[in-house]
Amino acid sequence: MDDALVIKGIEFKSRLWIGTGKYKDFAETVKAVEASGADVVTVSVRRVNITDRKSENLLDYIDPKKYKILPNTAGCYTVDDALRYSRLAREAGVSDMIKLEVIGDERTLFPDTIGLLQATEILAKEGFIVFPYTNDDPIMARRLEDAGAAAVMPLGAPIGSGLGLRNPYNIKIILEASKVPVLVDAGVGTASDATIAMELGCDAVLINTAIAAAKDPLTMAAAMKHAVIAGRLAYKAGRMGRKLYATSSSPLEGMI
Amino acid sequence: MRLKVNGEEIDTAAATLLQLLQEKEIKPERVAVEVNLKVLKRVDFARRRLHEGDIVEIVNFVGGGSHG
Repeated sequence: MDDALVIKGIEFKSRLWIGTGKYKDFAETVKAVEASGADVVTVSVRRVNITDRKSENLLDYIDPKKYKILPNTAGCYTVDDALRYSRLAREAGVSDMIKLEVIGDERTLFPDTIGLLQATEILAKEGFIVFPYTNDDPIMARRLEDAGAAAVMPLGAPIGSGLGLRNPYNIKIILEASKVPVLVDAGVGTASDATIAMELGCDAVLINTAIAAAKDPLTMAAAMKHAVIAGRLAYKAGRMGRKLYATSSSPLEGMI
Repeated sequence: MRLKVNGEEIDTAAATLLQLLQEKEIKPERVAVEVNLKVLKRVDFARRRLHEGDIVEIVNFVGGGSHG
């Protein structure tokens, strides 16, 4: 069954995308990525430690030939910073893709959508494949699409909160209106949350903390892999209608 | 020559950006570099001469999904 996700000509094998933060070490990160079956991993851009050259490079563990590297602008609070980090990420030479974050507030890490829209427009014009991390606002999703976003990534709940999809109805509205792929980014807490996102019709989900902060990250990575596949298949199969009263599964004919 | 590299004042004998990376034992193919807020292409590392007081930022990828 050919059900690959294709964005801007890039084919994605898995609909589960993985963040690489908060793991114990690089070795655990790699094992979790492998267990998840993901082929997209998102990474952050930070200063090289110039005094301790023994510190290792993530790309020595996660091979850019094997995985699609999706740099992000996590930690950027202004348009200028987000542009700066994006351009540096591109020059690091592994991808034109950027998971664009312009954060508006430290406690909630909600996006500053006005800045996000400005940055999306500029980067799309510069040829970036822009994946903006946005809120669950259908109007902003449309504006981002119009500004040249390759996909939109609405949050399910605040980053790292594990609260699941707090407004599935808005996500549904975004899905109905969007001509670009929709990926839920942030909020997934456990496997069923990922399944719910996929059952709604989302094209993929991006998960970090739910795996990294699980008691057993590798087992949770495997759980998420199956959850995303299950949700996608259920979406494609089309669920039965909800009814208030029972309908017997067994025939009445032939009863004695 | 004194430079500011990743926020730290350093003394260097490096004349070019590539020499600075070599001095710091940093593999050029794994990093991106900005000098005085201008992002450089990797092919220009060898040509880019450094000057007293230049502000250099050398970055690479680290683990991170979303901020926090």
